[in-house]
Amino acid sequence: MANQQADLIALAGNPNCGKTTLFNAITGAHQHVGNYPGITVEKKQGHFYVKGRQIQLVDLPGTYSLTAYSPEELVARNFLIQDRPGAVINIVDSSNLERNLYLTIQLLELGIPVLIALNMVDLAAARGLEINSRELERRLRLPVIPTVARTGRGKDEVMEAAARFGKKSEVWEPLHISYGPDIDPVLDKMEAQIQSAGFLTDSLPARWTALKYLETDEEVVRKGKQKDPAFSRKLQEIAQQVSGHLQKTLDSYPEAIIADHRYGFISALLKDGVVKQSQKSDRLYLSDQIDRVLTNRFFGPVLMILIIYALYEFTFTYSRAPVEWLGAGFSVLSEFADTSLPPGPLKSLIVSGVIDGVGGVLGFVPLILFMFFAIAFLEDTGYLARMAYMLDRVFRTFGLHGSSVMPYIISGGIAGGCAVPGVLAARTLRSSRERLATLVTAPFMNCGAKLPVFAMLIAAFFPAKEAQVMFLLTILSWVAALLIAKLIRSTVLRGPSTPFLLELPPYRMPTFKGLLIHTWERTWQYIRKAGTIILAFSILFWALMSFPELPQTERKLYDEIRASILAEAPQRVKESLSGSGASSMASDPEAEQYRHELQEVDYEEAQAELKNSMAGRIGSSLTPISSLNGFDWRINVALLSGFAAKEIIISTMGTAYSLGWSRRGEKIPLSGRLAADPSWTPLKAFSLIIFIMLYAPCFATITCIIRESTWKWGLFSLTFNTLAAFIISALLYRGGMWLGLG
Amino acid sequence: MPIILLRKMAKGQKGTIHRVTASGELGRRIRDLGLVPGTPFRVQGRAPLKDPVAIRVRNFTLTLRNNESDFIEAEVEEV
Repeated sequence: MANQQADLIALAGNPNCGKTTLFNAITGAHQHVGNYPGITVEKKQGHFYVKGRQIQLVDLPGTYSLTAYSPEELVARNFLIQDRPGAVINIVDSSNLERNLYLTIQLLELGIPVLIALNMVDLAAARGLEINSRELERRLRLPVIPTVARTGRGKDEVMEAAARFGKKSEVWEPLHISYGPDIDPVLDKMEAQIQSAGFLTDSLPARWTALKYLETDEEVVRKGKQKDPAFSRKLQEIAQQVSGHLQKTLDSYPEAIIADHRYGFISALLKDGVVKQSQKSDRLYLSDQIDRVLTNRFFGPVLMILIIYALYEFTFTYSRAPVEWLGAGFSVLSEFADTSLPPGPLKSLIVSGVIDGVGGVLGFVPLILFMFFAIAFLEDTGYLARMAYMLDRVFRTFGLHGSSVMPYIISGGIAGGCAVPGVLAARTLRSSRERLATLVTAPFMNCGAKLPVFAMLIAAFFPAKEAQVMFLLTILSWVAALLIAKLIRSTVLRGPSTPFLLELPPYRMPTFKGLLIHTWERTWQYIRKAGTIILAFSILFWALMSFPELPQTERKLYDEIRASILAEAPQRVKESLSGSGASSMASDPEAEQYRHELQEVDYEEAQAELKNSMAGRIGSSLTPISSLNGFDWRINVALLSGFAAKEIIISTMGTAYSLGWSRRGEKIPLSGRLAADPSWTPLKAFSLIIFIMLYAPCFATITCIIRESTWKWGLFSLTFNTLAAFIISALLYRGGMWLGLG
Repeated sequence: MPIILLRKMAKGQKGTIHRVTASGELGRRIRDLGLVPGTPFRVQGRAPLKDPVAIRVRNFTLTLRNNESDFIEAEVEEV
């Protein structure tokens, strides 16, 4: 077998056993988070020192088992097999020994050197559980160290023991346990055959491979087929024989028998002197008492709504100030660049492309920081699991999962959220079909950037009904998201729902340090990974909106108009217009009027530039299709720019309508301009609102969807959502016209 | 002792796992979490919409959907 890496140690354990806390305690600040190649399972790595020797520690995803069903389990297993760490620190929840040792047994079946960190011994003691770790150590013949990860108790012993283990670098010795009279003889026979054929033995113990063939483990069978199809088929035939026999005689499967015997082995292991339970075992623990209220039929939902609302307020209210500071900082920066750089494409690139782009990336950071903090709090206390438990019935109807509620709410399920943190919040979903459906549909919610656009259109066409229309839009976005999720789950993501089987961990108060580490590492990952892509998109968009430039002849035309206006003006006005004395102008109504006329020419030029740009041309070329929805090139180009960020729709429309100043010297509001336009009707405005609600997420969101899944799903959300928006909005518009509402 | 489906059990009722009839992924998940024949458990409660069900088993609380609990047969004292 390949050499073990003596200075590489893995940390394995069930979810909610304090694994991350122990990881933080051991590595301190020496850690970073990445992803396993190709999937979105987080890979946490760090290092620690024992007597000057540096040891790498990898935090494997929390799993209950080492089967090949979930990406987390597969990742953990493949890491152990391929990277061959010197030892595994198996962290085990003392109050829950039987279930936690099930993973331990599977680690031992693989043969990897294991040491057990018996965690939360303090909580177990408080529950009247006494564990004789010496006896357990003796029976399992491996180090068992009592720890309390929260306080750091036992941490040094674990580190030292791990270092000693790593140094010994022994050969893997799989644990032999009995799986009963039906399995054992076959297993021995298969093991011998595998060993003599040298089948996969370069990386896997023969007995383990045999066991996995009996358990019909897809991953191992697939690997075996690649290696030696004939031999693999032979093993499968043996396994099928056993399976057939067991079904006939016991109405059971080999994998079920194997699991039974693992648990049997564990009960025997813990009997007579390892675990002592004092009488209080049947009392109601504090956690259960809390659950009596928090998951109560009546109080449960009410409190949940309050908690969701509080989380929402926390995320969006407290992040407002830092978001504004960042915004102000970036506008100072872009003003500075505006005044200090010579005019031309370079300046435009730096101001509109780079500074706005970086501002766009960092603008989300406070939001993401607060959102992750709040979620980490709910997750670490154990409440998130209760929310999934209470809401699962509702979300399952639409092919989603109870845990889909968080991404929905944060994306704007309560109007004003943001899909970027919303999409990132979908990480708490472990079932992949449900998670993908949530990722794609969460952006239908009304995020904070869509709201000003809605507000503008509502002010123009549904005055005095603002609140009602806004409320209606919130309801509509939920209906759309849930129904479209259902549609996706019964077509592209068709398939049975992933088993729910969720543990409700005991309520715990998270450590502040743990929350901060959790929050920061996820936020930093966003800045590093998503940030660069968003910046690139932002520059691409700037180019689309700025090029090609107006031809020289047209530019000249505008310059001539400006010159002719200036020529008409009296000398006094000319001086004040060309000079920098802005203060003197304000008091001069005549100069002010000329200034407005000049500005109007500027606006017209900007409109012509926009229409001539790549984006404008795309917008114009789409009019034959978009006329179905009642959209002209102006709306098209505004929607296109909204792909950069939804709130930009307003400013692009402003440019497209070359909005300037009224004769009385007031800036014309866009909503007023639209309300006065005969080509606009409430029906058209409403179909536009629906389109904006549903169409492609902004590219910051798409980037996050890609990061959380694959390119395919990013592209899917781009095209599918736009198509859905187009069809629904066109049906509304045409239907309304047919009913005579236009 | 009578054998009934977990779905039919009342809140607070105690039982022992008799058989898990699910195969494939669901069967494996159920077994991985320790629901193997002979394991005692108690129905802790149901979610506000009566589904999923929460059970107390091996010192922890596990929730499963009603249609998943249909694969679990339990021995109970009385129906």
